[in-house]
Amino acid sequence: MGAIESGFIGQSVRRKEDARFLLGAGQYTDDVTLPNQTHAYFLRSPHAHAKIRGIDTGKAKKAPGVIAVYTSADLEGVNGLPCGWLITDVDGTPMKEPPHPVLAKGKARYVGDHVALVIAETQNQAKDAAELIDVDYEVLPAVVNVVDALKPGAPQIHDEAPGNKCYTWAIGDKSAVDAAFAKAAHVTKLDIVNNRLVPNAIEPRAAVATYSRADDSYTLYVANQNPHVERLLMTAFVLGLPEHKVRVIAPDVGGGFGSKIYLYAEETAMVWASKRVNRPIKWAAERSESFLSDAHGRDHVTHAELALDKDGKFLALRVHTTANMGAYLSTFASCIPTILYATLLAGQYTTPVVYCEVTAAFTNTAPVDAYRGAGRPEATYVIERIVHQAGAEMGIPQDEIRRRNFIRTFPYQTPVALLYDTGGYDACLDEAMRIADVKGFAARKSDAAKRGKLRGLGYAAYIEACGIAPSNVAGSLGARAGLFEAGEVRVHPTGSVTVFTGSHSHGQGHETTFAQVVATRLGIPIENVDVVHGDTGRVLFGMGTYGSRSLAVGGTAIVKALDKVIAKGKKIAAHLLEAAESDIEFKDGKFTVAGTDRSKAFGEISLAAYVPHNYPLDKLEPGLNETAFYDPTNFTFPAGTHICEVEVDPDTGVVSIVSFSACDDFGNIINPMIVEGQVHGGLCQGIGQAMLEHCIYDSESGQLLTGSLMDYALPRADDVPSFKVETKVTPCTHNPLGAKGCGEAGAIGSPPALMNAVMDALSSVGVTHLDMPASPHRVWQAIQSARA
Amino acid sequence: MYTFEYQLPKTLADAAKALASTGGKPLAGGQSLVAAMKLRLAQPGTLVDLRGISELAGIRKEGDALVIGAMTRHADVANSAVVKGAIPALAVLADGIGDRQVRNMGTLGGSIANNDPAADWPAAVVACNATVQTNKRKIAAGDFFKGMYETALGADEIITAVSFPIPKKAAYAKFPNPASRFALVGVFVAQLADGSVRAAVTGAAPAVFRAAPIETALAKSFTPDAAKAVKVDAKGLNNDLHGSAAYRAHLVSVMAGRAVAAAG
Amino acid sequence: MSIPLALTVNGKAVKADIDPRLLLADFLRTTLGLTGTHIGCDTAQCGACTIHLDGRAIKSCNVLALQAQGADVVTIEGLAESDGTMHPMQAAFKECHGLQCGFCTTGMVMSAIDLVARHPNADEKTIREELEGNLCRCTGYHNIVKAVQQGAAAMAK
Repeated sequence: MGAIESGFIGQSVRRKEDARFLLGAGQYTDDVTLPNQTHAYFLRSPHAHAKIRGIDTGKAKKAPGVIAVYTSADLEGVNGLPCGWLITDVDGTPMKEPPHPVLAKGKARYVGDHVALVIAETQNQAKDAAELIDVDYEVLPAVVNVVDALKPGAPQIHDEAPGNKCYTWAIGDKSAVDAAFAKAAHVTKLDIVNNRLVPNAIEPRAAVATYSRADDSYTLYVANQNPHVERLLMTAFVLGLPEHKVRVIAPDVGGGFGSKIYLYAEETAMVWASKRVNRPIKWAAERSESFLSDAHGRDHVTHAELALDKDGKFLALRVHTTANMGAYLSTFASCIPTILYATLLAGQYTTPVVYCEVTAAFTNTAPVDAYRGAGRPEATYVIERIVHQAGAEMGIPQDEIRRRNFIRTFPYQTPVALLYDTGGYDACLDEAMRIADVKGFAARKSDAAKRGKLRGLGYAAYIEACGIAPSNVAGSLGARAGLFEAGEVRVHPTGSVTVFTGSHSHGQGHETTFAQVVATRLGIPIENVDVVHGDTGRVLFGMGTYGSRSLAVGGTAIVKALDKVIAKGKKIAAHLLEAAESDIEFKDGKFTVAGTDRSKAFGEISLAAYVPHNYPLDKLEPGLNETAFYDPTNFTFPAGTHICEVEVDPDTGVVSIVSFSACDDFGNIINPMIVEGQVHGGLCQGIGQAMLEHCIYDSESGQLLTGSLMDYALPRADDVPSFKVETKVTPCTHNPLGAKGCGEAGAIGSPPALMNAVMDALSSVGVTHLDMPASPHRVWQAIQSARA
Repeated sequence: MYTFEYQLPKTLADAAKALASTGGKPLAGGQSLVAAMKLRLAQPGTLVDLRGISELAGIRKEGDALVIGAMTRHADVANSAVVKGAIPALAVLADGIGDRQVRNMGTLGGSIANNDPAADWPAAVVACNATVQTNKRKIAAGDFFKGMYETALGADEIITAVSFPIPKKAAYAKFPNPASRFALVGVFVAQLADGSVRAAVTGAAPAVFRAAPIETALAKSFTPDAAKAVKVDAKGLNNDLHGSAAYRAHLVSVMAGRAVAAAG
Repeated sequence: MSIPLALTVNGKAVKADIDPRLLLADFLRTTLGLTGTHIGCDTAQCGACTIHLDGRAIKSCNVLALQAQGADVVTIEGLAESDGTMHPMQAAFKECHGLQCGFCTTGMVMSAIDLVARHPNADEKTIREELEGNLCRCTGYHNIVKAVQQGAAAMAK
């Protein structure tokens, strides 16, 4: 591990980006207005499944203000949207990858599927015209539930995917697992559903596409988490445009949570159309469109079995999961319930053998893809709910059953492919129990009982794998993209620095955290460092932000570039100080000849690099600008324990969170304030999943029943408590920052912690089964069923 | 939004004339109407904005009644010392409608004219046996609400005020829909000046209704336990993804009990 | 049909002839270029569009611009002093890390100021209840609550 001088590291530096947001001066995509701009509106299928026998756009094209109307028939030479990860079926065949047309071709396969693009002078005119488009639909039976989709006789969604199956995939040693179950003293069985979610970043997706005849180039402003990936997929796979002729700018982005990783139909169609209409085109989703067409999250149906010996030691875990892909494969859909899910099923435990089989299927619903946590919350939910149930069944306290099975020696090879580099699970559990005041729980529970309320305490000891890597291993597992990150450190003549990073910040505070790293390393004021991201025209390359990778991967790329800057600075200093390069030390912003007081400040070196009068031009290029690409050697493994305490009102089924305590190990922390903020936000989203959020399609019609915030409940301020958050540190062993990632942890640990607390509370009234969300209605029903 | 004409009359008479001649819709605070128009779910040819008619706002006591002008905003009801003194339950109810921003625009008249099945005000109007005053007549609460989004109002009839006879005791208990925060079930319980008891329920059915078994129980014993003990029939109650009819029926008793407890 | 609209925005008299369909949020964002007011939903739930209309917080995406005829409107752009010094509530949000992506933030700050005007000594419970009309997907509200408390204290000075 490289030494990081303390400097700004570990300081809760207030964020550099905040001023523009607080003053109303942020620039989000919908704030971009270009001269002569037109407006796009997408006509969407009102049916979940329908043959499109014809589309008559004649009237619409003549409507006031209309510039163009396009349907799939117009998209000659445009390919379908690609999926970025190939999963191989257990039978050795590749997953079924039906075409994912930019505009529906022949069939509409979910409510909200894009049928036509209308471009008009105003948004109202585009909408008015869309109402004049006559689509001749032949409505077909629809299937929205993933288990139903795999049943014989289910409506067939794609010709290319018989029985609606995308793939069956498996990991682990099945016969070893079976053998372990045969000699188990106790087997715990669990059937659970991981509820489907709609991400709901508060900024809806938006795009502005424009074309320039001057140089045959395109510019796309888009609310996106990885503009280079967006450009690569769009140009190389779909539109066949030269990559260098397309500039993608993801300006300020109002939250992503995964939903803005993907290449969507809307912006793709708009880039294509911008050349045809030769004017800028703007589109901003209305929230109801977001509900219909943003990639959704989760939607797993799982049966799990845990084998234990008589002392509660885990012997084997067997899991079968059915995963809903939606109507088409979104950009990373296929790897979520496989690579990012089943590989996490060892959790924090020494379970010697694990076997998991996953069947993914198509349904008449919006595509499903990564949502905060992406596979890892689903895995943690399976493990931690079954561990809770096993502890309850065997009468082993919840902390104890976990302690009996914790991994304590590292590195640790799990039976499901991952190699954990480091961790300290007892420390997080101990600390979480301390801040949750577990000791006082019994008294609080009996006090609640006196008031007619049911108290429960729930644990979740989670682990996640972040900064997915290395690229070659991922490639061998089916990834169709690299998983490195790029960084550039541009030192200006006067010694201030602009950093260009391929990571994208849409709330994570990179402009501050990365500046802290740079300012510390270079020994310069943090005000002298600016961070640029989100623009393929300015940043050299980038894989973007997802999977809690930004600091561990993107930050490391910057550190690698900084190493090069310092190395070159030493050469310049050696020349100026007439000393051997090996004698130059760099510390606190000064290049010093070791053992002397002869030194040059960082700014003097940068000036010399750009005004190379006294400079070794024969041996060294002028300038001070370095780039680095970093491809990690392994994942990072953040882990921790979350403890939730709830009180249930049996009269109404209302679950109140009394307290939520989290102790996480994210490795080294650059900015504790930002890290805590990430945890708070993750916890709230996980609590949302566990208590409130549930995306529901009508099983007959396939209509989206929770199509607005009137019916889909997002957590509000009064739904959640203030959180108790602590951290423990075991530094990541394979990146120079020792950082692991913190963006998703909260959303991973909190759903099982909360649900285990609810199950604990309801155990006294005999409830043995409850799926998320623990809404008042469901909790009340569970109590009634148990009493009946 | 579809196109529409906009008028801003200064007097009630002009507003009525505008409605009669255009077949348009009155605009009060617009918190439901503008939302519906945005989603293209409502398409009035003309909007007659009532905000210029000063006589429609205001809160006053008239004898044994509290009279609230139709254009009085929820937030003003919630903050009104007159309301808090006369019928504090109305202030509590108004303070729980929508959210702060909605309460700052939305009005009593707009709410009851819209008659959303999950709105709060209809429960208060019915339970207090209030009278809805319009530019044409006075309508008893029991005759005003006709069904889901339906009222007794004629096309050019404008609510001017609602007169609430001051009850002996009253309270409102609402169980919010976790998403919209409209009432999944809201129960307004009032013990009227003549001693009779009314319990009006919103959110549970296609329109506000009086829960007769609860009223009977409370007439005998105005206690939380009496209300809670009533088994409400689930027949005819809403059954949707937010709550089964059985759950709503159960909540009617629970919320009635809580309202009685709050009424003191 | 276009209708003349006159009102005051951030202390300045503003006039425009507008389509009656224009929402107040769109008037601010598009006609005036005040893009600090954001639109996050279409059912008046998220509160990102919150502004002050005659001193009261309202959701500008659920109000016609014509409903602000003659009114005094303050948006997020109108809070800071002319030299850029932040309003105490803005400063408190920064100090407490009460924002992440920034999208809900402007509406959240407008609501917070309205809240403190009515409840200068609001406790945590009151703050959480009063923020019911503003959704944040990033912060989990924890630091927003802290920011409102700190902002309230600063505003009292």
